[in-house]
Amino acid sequence: MIAPSTTMKDSVVLQVRNLQVSYYTDAGRARALDGVDLTLCAGEKLGLVGESGSGKSTMALAMMRMIKPPGRIEGGQVIVDGTDLIHISDKAMLKARLSKIAYIPQGAMNSLNPVIRIGAQMMDAIKAHKDESTSDWISAADMEKRCKQALESVDLKSNVFKMYAHELSGGMKQRVCIAISILLRPKVIIADEPTSALDVVTQRQVMETIDRVQEQIGAAVILIGHDMGLMAQFVDKVAVMYAGRLMELSNVRDMFTDPKHPYAQALIRSLPNLENKGVFNGIPGMAPALLQLPGGCAFHPRCPYVMEICKTQRPEPTTLPGERIVECYLYPANA
Amino acid sequence: MTNLLELKNVSKIYSRGLLSQVSTTALNNVSLRLDDHEPTVMTVAGESGSGKTTLAMLLLGFIEPTSGQIFYKGQDIHTLRGEDRMMFRREVQAVFQDPFAVFNPFYTVDHLLSVPIDRFKLAKSKSEARDKMVEALTAVGLRPGDVLGRFPHQLSGGQRQRINVARALMLRPKLLVADEPVSMVDASLRANILETLRGLQKNYGVSVIYITHDLTTAYHVAKSIVVLYRGCVMEAGDVDTVIKSPQHPYTRLLVDSIPWPDINRRWGETQIKAREMDLTEQVVGCRFSSRCPFVMDKCSQDPPLFQLNHYQAASCYLLEGNPVIAPEKISDLLPV
Repeated sequence: MIAPSTTMKDSVVLQVRNLQVSYYTDAGRARALDGVDLTLCAGEKLGLVGESGSGKSTMALAMMRMIKPPGRIEGGQVIVDGTDLIHISDKAMLKARLSKIAYIPQGAMNSLNPVIRIGAQMMDAIKAHKDESTSDWISAADMEKRCKQALESVDLKSNVFKMYAHELSGGMKQRVCIAISILLRPKVIIADEPTSALDVVTQRQVMETIDRVQEQIGAAVILIGHDMGLMAQFVDKVAVMYAGRLMELSNVRDMFTDPKHPYAQALIRSLPNLENKGVFNGIPGMAPALLQLPGGCAFHPRCPYVMEICKTQRPEPTTLPGERIVECYLYPANA
Repeated sequence: MTNLLELKNVSKIYSRGLLSQVSTTALNNVSLRLDDHEPTVMTVAGESGSGKTTLAMLLLGFIEPTSGQIFYKGQDIHTLRGEDRMMFRREVQAVFQDPFAVFNPFYTVDHLLSVPIDRFKLAKSKSEARDKMVEALTAVGLRPGDVLGRFPHQLSGGQRQRINVARALMLRPKLLVADEPVSMVDASLRANILETLRGLQKNYGVSVIYITHDLTTAYHVAKSIVVLYRGCVMEAGDVDTVIKSPQHPYTRLLVDSIPWPDINRRWGETQIKAREMDLTEQVVGCRFSSRCPFVMDKCSQDPPLFQLNHYQAASCYLLEGNPVIAPEKISDLLPV
């Protein structure tokens, strides 16, 4: 186990440093994550946005160490609660999942086993993390109690414990998944598009549920998605990803009122609201293929402010006032 | 005034179980009308289980209504035969929700687009067919060189969805039924597809029925809106009026739950009563009464539609006192 290299404030629960993931395909190496840095404190909510193929889900999988071949984590650290997850043993990682860092996958409701009762699946999760020989083993009755409490905390009746997945609606299944993710009180919860298949009312219920349980256990939440509206309503900080890189990281108010990176600006401009009826500002151009990334800044072919330097050299992250991080030559480090 | 499409008191009941004892009313007495001369964009909105997709299936003639009739240019679509049926098939086109599932992965885009050309004999020669494809693809904002000759898996979701629209457009339809066309597409691409849909109405005179649960996009593309809840029309009218001042408690809940991408507009304070009930459960009276915060004794009877102003009607006893309007007349309120 490698100790984190700097001393941390006690409130910092997640540090991602220079995380790099590549997929090795027949057509070549695709850099899905190219040096991403992130810091998150307890109780904070971060939104990770970007179009498909920008590396959002890869980021989540890498933090869980669930990248499958041909993908590979090529470097960097994911430090949760003082432990670098990238460098611990596979066995230790098994224990860390769910107890330190939990993941609600995209379309989580389809991840429930259709032939096993909800309760048994929840108990499985606890059993996998407790060792019968050690003192933290709890009896089956206590486990059941704990599962029912978790169900109640996500607004489900405790009789859901005895039900099967097909007896529940989409929103209820999604809430079961949230209940499972909080069973062992993890420090970090990653939710990958938890509501993309749900309608607006159910979506709001699910988001309010995540909000409430997060406060109860004081975990940090990373919400992955492309719905900026949901981000505006839910998160504290927004990170905009593009082609595997973090383009801008700002608190939610700054991001919506004064986005800095040209891509973030285009993203915010493309949002529909009540005032600009019938005005559609799509982002011109196409997302780059990861196999043939343009040189320099990955956004430069679509950027309205492109300069010569953007085509050859990738900009370094710059910190702006208000703890904002931007990767763009428009904001020189010393300005 | 001729009607392009008319639904007369259409209901659809799905039954299951031995002897069909268990039945679900997916659509209950819905009447709608689209005018032939004035193309419009109409939104049908509602949450899952509200009957939106059933309505789309009925309009496309995939299923037959349990009661009521659907007329296309004055003819019941289920009595159409031969030439007329081909015309209906050609003039009423659909765009479905999942751009990943509708293409055969073994065929290139050229083949996918040439099938309807052959089927409806739209072109006399190969080069004419090619011109038609290029024209349709350009109309939806795709560069033909980028997509022709490619396989579906080489294209992004947004591109595929626009190819769907292009395929429909090639047939010069009169009516396009778009069932959740953008719900599986990235937010940054949604704008492009919605713009394409609106362009169809403006530039090609195609009427569009836009089926969605997303009121934000509905507001931006549509002229009129019909809000469904468990198969019943809750509110209908001009899209601006309905979304800016919703009158029915259900519409209010829907509008209140829109996550506006606006930092100063928070999710509303309206409490949500979770829907933890079965769709087969029979509700007497107002379908929304079991979740409604303002439920009264009266709600156990079906509320009629009350006309609130020139462009808005809602089905709720809270609005009693306004003139009652027959369900068949609802289309008169919808602006084109």
